[in-house]
Amino acid sequence: MGRAYSTIAFDPAKCDGCGDCMTACAQAKTGTDDIARSRIQIYGREGAPDKTFELALCRQCADPKCVTVCPAGALNKDSTSGVIGWDASKCVDCLLCTVGCAYAGIALDETAGHVSKCDTCDGNPACVPACPHGALKYVTTANIYNEVGDWEDLFAPGLAGCQGCNTELLMRHTLRRVGPDTVLATPPGCVPGMGSVGFNGTTGTKVPVFHPLLTNTAAMLAGIKRQYKRVGRDVQALAIAGDGGASDVGFQSLSGAAERGEQMLFMVVDNEGYMNTGMQRSSCTPYGAWTSTTPVGETSRGKTQDAKNLPLIMVNHRCAYVATASTAYMEDLYEKLDKAIAASKTGFAYLHVYSPCTTGWRFPSNLNMEVARKAVETNFVMLWEYTPQDGLHFTKPVDDPLPVTDYLKAMGRFRHLSSEQVEHIQKKVVENQKFVERMTEHAHVG
Amino acid sequence: MDRAIEHTKYLIAGSSHAALEAINAIRMHDAEGPITVVTRDSHLPYSPTVLPYVVSGKSAPARIFLRDEDFFARNKVSYRPESGLKALHADRNSVELVDGSSVVYEKLLLATGASPAIPPIPGIDTVSYHVLRTLDDALKLRGAIAESKQAVVLGAGLVGMHAAENLVKAGASVTIVEMSDQLTSGYFDKVAADMIEQAFRDAGAKIMTGSRVVRLEPSPAGAKLTLENGTTLEADLLLVATGVKPNMGYLNGSGVEHQQGILVDDRMQTTAANVWAAGDCAQARGFFTDTKVMNAILPDATIQGRVAGMAMAGDPGIQDYAGGVPLNTYHFFGRHAISVGSSKVPEGGEVVTRFDEQTGHYLKAIFGADGCLTGIFGVNEFFDGGVMAQLILRRTDLTPLRERFVANPLAVGREIMSQTWR
Repeated sequence: MGRAYSTIAFDPAKCDGCGDCMTACAQAKTGTDDIARSRIQIYGREGAPDKTFELALCRQCADPKCVTVCPAGALNKDSTSGVIGWDASKCVDCLLCTVGCAYAGIALDETAGHVSKCDTCDGNPACVPACPHGALKYVTTANIYNEVGDWEDLFAPGLAGCQGCNTELLMRHTLRRVGPDTVLATPPGCVPGMGSVGFNGTTGTKVPVFHPLLTNTAAMLAGIKRQYKRVGRDVQALAIAGDGGASDVGFQSLSGAAERGEQMLFMVVDNEGYMNTGMQRSSCTPYGAWTSTTPVGETSRGKTQDAKNLPLIMVNHRCAYVATASTAYMEDLYEKLDKAIAASKTGFAYLHVYSPCTTGWRFPSNLNMEVARKAVETNFVMLWEYTPQDGLHFTKPVDDPLPVTDYLKAMGRFRHLSSEQVEHIQKKVVENQKFVERMTEHAHVG
Repeated sequence: MDRAIEHTKYLIAGSSHAALEAINAIRMHDAEGPITVVTRDSHLPYSPTVLPYVVSGKSAPARIFLRDEDFFARNKVSYRPESGLKALHADRNSVELVDGSSVVYEKLLLATGASPAIPPIPGIDTVSYHVLRTLDDALKLRGAIAESKQAVVLGAGLVGMHAAENLVKAGASVTIVEMSDQLTSGYFDKVAADMIEQAFRDAGAKIMTGSRVVRLEPSPAGAKLTLENGTTLEADLLLVATGVKPNMGYLNGSGVEHQQGILVDDRMQTTAANVWAAGDCAQARGFFTDTKVMNAILPDATIQGRVAGMAMAGDPGIQDYAGGVPLNTYHFFGRHAISVGSSKVPEGGEVVTRFDEQTGHYLKAIFGADGCLTGIFGVNEFFDGGVMAQLILRRTDLTPLRERFVANPLAVGREIMSQTWR
């Protein structure tokens, strides 16, 4: 199987050309402050009329031209780290690699008299922490892919989700992470609809799975977990439920289990409605959204109430762990999944994952991650976590959110909105953000 | 069909850059189809470009190989050294090898490279001389250089100049004889060539440009050369480095059309069915002309090898070959020269040069009538050759940036690169 690699990412919008990255690189690699010798080069620092900044840095290409044109075999892509390494003892200083590279990623260090290139400082690049503006990031998401690829996939192949739905991704990742010693509860909704409970007498999972009622998921799972405990088996109790099953009729059993501190991980896949049964509204459907029960016609203009903020309600149960997550931010999701699993060993852990619905929200099936990302970038949803010890804090704070219209325009369920409705939603976004911010402040005081 | 005859899906003749890139390209698309590599060489793959450094001692001969046995095993490639092509029978998809065996192929790549072109000087058969194209040549030359007191290098191309520098550094008295009136013609212009010449003279080499050897004969020292003007030279080491000619003797009667090299289309296919050619033996479209040209340089061999491999494997991601752009780099006595693109000034075009005699920095840039870069050349002036090549290939209009670009091609080239193809 192929491997994915970590990479240094550059956001030109955040760069102000200060050059601290170059100084850090020159110091780390040459022991001098000579930024001409830095292996990362920022351009447009002087004389550029529009004050935009450009980057020359080795891309550690998957298909590196510098390697193919080296006559001496001095360049090689390391299949473990993905870094293209330069072997000084083989290099003949012919400079052909600089002719091969279209990105100026390998260039002559005139002082040293040899070519030099970024080696990502063995996975700890000096330039990244030196950037005071967050314009450079060392993206390590690839580790998830490499690591997860080695774990057993505990769902059957061929789950029958809608095209472009992220729930299969979420289910497979989650079950791989929690592992085989798991009992899974999936109440009516998209998750069993996709086949997790199985067909024709076989389950869709390689772990025990059951199909409770919408109303009693948390109660049934709590009973099963207690029985396993009683017989001395350490089994992970996991529920994967929809927002309808959790925030509407399933709420009393969810609230009760949380209040009692039952030892389980309760994951809600929030697609903001009863999408499996024909796209009816739920208490998590946002204001203004079209659903089959909040139609758009001569008088009706979509849902007239705001969504219930279920994860915040769960915080008020003082659960062992509560977090919101998005499949557009997998590293963040994985960190939260790990913490939630750990918390569920001693108490109730609640993970609320936003799940854009290609079918019910009306957007092209290739844009799921883009819609999920826009929701976060506009602050329409916020990614945070809560523990009773540390309170609530943002994990992906968005200081400079995009206008909420960037999110609304990405899908058809908001197409009919009047400017007043858009204004209402934008006001709600700001209000929600302030509300959660106040909770983070309160947590610091406490 | 005779059961003793080997069958393979992809037969690749040759084992250097074009061949290796073709293997990569084939394996990207076809993980299983049998590949057989036949090569005249007796070693693992290496680059002719590294050989001057084997001669100088900078490269250890055992460490120049571009692939190892494990690579061929992992990629399911049968590698057959000492088995060059003797004859091609394109009409029946088979080749004869020098060892007398035959191979039947489904697709054939001719990446057979080139050999030294030996000038028809009267008496050249009566003296012993060196050439430099194979590892065995390099090892022989390396041994001879250590012994040499007075050496003559015929030809002032990059191979000859590299060897001459090695000889100078080894303490021999060296004379370079070149027919044209400047060194490194075809790579660098007169100003650059004069700088290179000066560096060699400073190091004690004798340079005789515009000189033709009319007779060679054995002498007590080794060889005696007589020049057109009557001058004679004695050499205990004679290196003939007067260019290369493609290896295509096996084509006779095959029906594969060839002129200076094997003629190929923009997907590197020859005029014969199931036969492709790439690298130093191929004559393909030039970027600056509509005619087919020889562009026997390493970077182009890799590009051609890739196109050929993708075409052979039927990879739908293939793109037509854009045409050969000359790209050369040259290191001499601690200095460097880079040339990218054509040295010809197109009609309505413009040449901008700057030369700082004190620092020895020289830059020449040539722009077409449409404002696009067509060539850039530098001595002791580093710029990113790969970025420049892209500017040429993408026909990027540099008119609004010309002044800044010529002042600092490194920085401005990178700016454009980052904006245009980040």
